[in-house]
Amino acid sequence: MPVEIERPESAQEAHAVPEPDVPWVTLVHNDPVNLMSYVTYVFQAYFGYSKDKAHKLMLDVHHKGRAVVSSGTREEMERDVQAMHGYGLWATLTQDRG
Amino acid sequence: MSSHFEPLDGGGATVALDEVEIAILRSLAVQLLELIGPGDEPAEGADPLAALFAEGPSEPPSDPALARLFPEAYADPEAGTPDDELRAASSEFRRFTENDLRTRKREDALAVVRSLDALTPAGEDGAVLELPADDCLHWLGALNDLRLTIGTRLDVGDEDDNEDLYRLPDSDPRKPMVMAYLWLGALQETLVETLMP
Repeated sequence: MPVEIERPESAQEAHAVPEPDVPWVTLVHNDPVNLMSYVTYVFQAYFGYSKDKAHKLMLDVHHKGRAVVSSGTREEMERDVQAMHGYGLWATLTQDRG
Repeated sequence: MSSHFEPLDGGGATVALDEVEIAILRSLAVQLLELIGPGDEPAEGADPLAALFAEGPSEPPSDPALARLFPEAYADPEAGTPDDELRAASSEFRRFTENDLRTRKREDALAVVRSLDALTPAGEDGAVLELPADDCLHWLGALNDLRLTIGTRLDVGDEDDNEDLYRLPDSDPRKPMVMAYLWLGALQETLVETLMP
């Protein structure tokens, strides 16, 4: 069962480094409502990403329509997707076949 | 309506609101609470502990705004229609997470109502709201949920597609909601700025 939604003050360690044997990813999708500054803030607050990395991911979401924001086990990605939904971001998880 | 948040020394944020703005914000927060709903609460007299272990719904909401607030976890929009396996995974995810998500959204909206009700208006000039750091996060969540809800209702599109929406004649019934949407955006934008690390 996924754990409780994380609040921003408990920024957790990032699952930033993709490993070849961890096949699940969290995708954040572009939507016309969420503010660019807010999306950047969420990536910093929840994943603990640097301002530069968070900003770059936000731009990827904005320009490419979506971005992989974390990767790991299915359980970890369910936790991240749940957290993104808590922030109001449109997130899904998928098995990374690419 | 030109309100904006400014950071407070020692954390938190402050914003000046006039009486009309306070009334609009409160009304929108209450409408958001009504939209989100109480979820599956235990019947009167039932064991309150049972609610802790109650499962949430398994189907996505039919209302588009609610569907945006409570998205499908396994439905990649670029991968086309999800197959049975993915739909089942989304359902299970929803059963175990939607109640918590609903509770969080309710708490955010309730925090907005409570902070507004605690204001003592200083005549026609309105009041100065001072939010402690914890309340800033509740407000940030509620402002975002309000914008997602109103944005869905107005069918807000990508940047360049909204020119008509943002230049509606005063006679258009959508005009007040568009004004509120843009105002909430300015509030949220300035609140985010005070929170940036």
